[in-house]
Amino acid sequence: MKHLYRLYIQQFKTTFATMFQYRAMLVIWMIGQILEPLVYLIVWTIVSNNNGGNVRNYTTTAFASYFIVLMLVNQFTYTWVMYDYEYRIREGLLSFALLRPVHPIHSDVADNIMSKAITLPVLTVIAIGLAFAFHASLAVTPWMVVLFIPGLLLAFSLRFLLEWTLAQAAFWTTRVSAINQIYFFLLLFLSGQIAPLSLLPHPIQIAAKILPFYWTIGFPTELLLGKITFAGTIEGIGIQIAWILVCIVLVRVVWRAGVKVYSAVGQ
Amino acid sequence: MSNENKNNLNNSLSLPARSPTANPIVHISGLSKTYTVNQQEEGAKATLRGIFRRKKLEVPAVSDISFDLAPGEILGFLGPNGAGKTTTLKMLSGLLYPTSGTATVLGYTPWKRERAYLQQITLVMGQRAQLVWDIPAIHSFELNRVIYRIPSDDFQRILKELTELLELGPLLTKPVRNLSLGERMKCEIAAALLHRPKVVFLDEPTIGLDVTMQRRIRAFIAEYNRRFEATVLMTSHYMADVAALCKRVVVIHHGRLLFDGELALLLQKFTTHKTIVIQMGECQADLKVYGEVLSCEDGRYTLRVPKAETARITERLLADLPVVDLLVEDPPIEEVIDRVFTEWNR
Repeated sequence: MKHLYRLYIQQFKTTFATMFQYRAMLVIWMIGQILEPLVYLIVWTIVSNNNGGNVRNYTTTAFASYFIVLMLVNQFTYTWVMYDYEYRIREGLLSFALLRPVHPIHSDVADNIMSKAITLPVLTVIAIGLAFAFHASLAVTPWMVVLFIPGLLLAFSLRFLLEWTLAQAAFWTTRVSAINQIYFFLLLFLSGQIAPLSLLPHPIQIAAKILPFYWTIGFPTELLLGKITFAGTIEGIGIQIAWILVCIVLVRVVWRAGVKVYSAVGQ
Repeated sequence: MSNENKNNLNNSLSLPARSPTANPIVHISGLSKTYTVNQQEEGAKATLRGIFRRKKLEVPAVSDISFDLAPGEILGFLGPNGAGKTTTLKMLSGLLYPTSGTATVLGYTPWKRERAYLQQITLVMGQRAQLVWDIPAIHSFELNRVIYRIPSDDFQRILKELTELLELGPLLTKPVRNLSLGERMKCEIAAALLHRPKVVFLDEPTIGLDVTMQRRIRAFIAEYNRRFEATVLMTSHYMADVAALCKRVVVIHHGRLLFDGELALLLQKFTTHKTIVIQMGECQADLKVYGEVLSCEDGRYTLRVPKAETARITERLLADLPVVDLLVEDPPIEEVIDRVFTEWNR
């Protein structure tokens, strides 16, 4: 445990140093992270205004609050392992990872945590600015925060494990971009990124709540906005934990099988 | 080459048989690796067929090789491109499962990749990089310190030693991407040795480097081996590396073991010619009767003669001609090794 702690601290330092090597890229990347939810926010604001100030139970200001909180939650749970994995295998970086007496997942966990520590403060300031610009209102009670924090941490854990599992498709195919596209397409619709889940057709809502996507972004967002009842919160956290357990098993099984393939073929 | 000839060559190559190493650090027995690759056929029809049923092709990379390494030995692992050297090194460092055969290194089965095993070995690949590209190497070193659980005091001492031996000083704080190939290689080697591995696998550690840098890395490998009694298995295309570091070599070709023994013995067996250089007044004499004239510049003739006749021809040259100076040289090792491979191919 002490070893892992030291490993994480050192990986934090490495990520910190690496990220500041490319400051311009970091800024461009953050702009991208802001623009996407901003586009949806503007679209829904127009729809809402043309509809007399609301769409079903969402008012124009409620849309603003939703997409601004969602932007921060998405940033918190985001990982880039799915983009990275194929490169690692192709360039032989994974060979070096396999030579080391420590599981490579740890460096990814630490790497993602550090990158969030760098980008989140900046994005929070921007989110506050956007909240003023779009007249968002957020009435947060301490009780909502208490429920939101575990919901958010579990969402990150789930998304990380899920994406780390899927990223390992790179062991079997060199064309992972197709898999990535399907995943991000599903994530866009079923996680609440394109619209609050309650505005989508009923069957999609059911599918979203069975599949893991909603629990990685939409659920913690709605938690902070006070859209979920206490019972719903407990149920949601239960589903998050269940999916995390499934993903832990999947990560292990897929990793073992993947390494076997890798070491049969070699790179 | 007929089978009979091949057998003859095989016999001449493997003689004298090496007696097994006592208490070997690395023990390889009947190790084989066959890759299965999908074969793409030409033509639209075949491509369509390929969607449903792919033709698999078995490509043997390493076939039934056996050899041992004694503690503290530096063994040169020779073979042309595609001979199976890297595949073997990858199996020994646990990156590849063999198709059959066994290997033990330090008492471990490499491909089980046990933590205690990985802690004691290293693999340096000249064409691949483990250092984080964008930041100074010292960050990667620090990361390795934690990964390999190197106590801080030890780390500082080892780092100081490596810095001195490899002259790393100013390189450590420059982003890796700004280093030259040679500088980067020195840092790669240092990163790979921070945890003081007992067994070191080197795959073309000097590839692409200039002669001075090659020499420096060579000296470093010798020093590391001497100081820490590390066992080293290395491949290199530069015979100067092998000649300087390895008393014994193993030669593989098309995945098969061709030779296992002293480098001197290999050279002796395959050196069929020698070069005689003589200095005379000018380049006007016809020396064809003595041997093949390779060149003549300012009266300095270079002749190629059969090895067995070297003494006789030298004697004649001295007796017949106004020779000012005479030198008998072995052909470059590269040439000899090339002969080993081409003869096997024929």
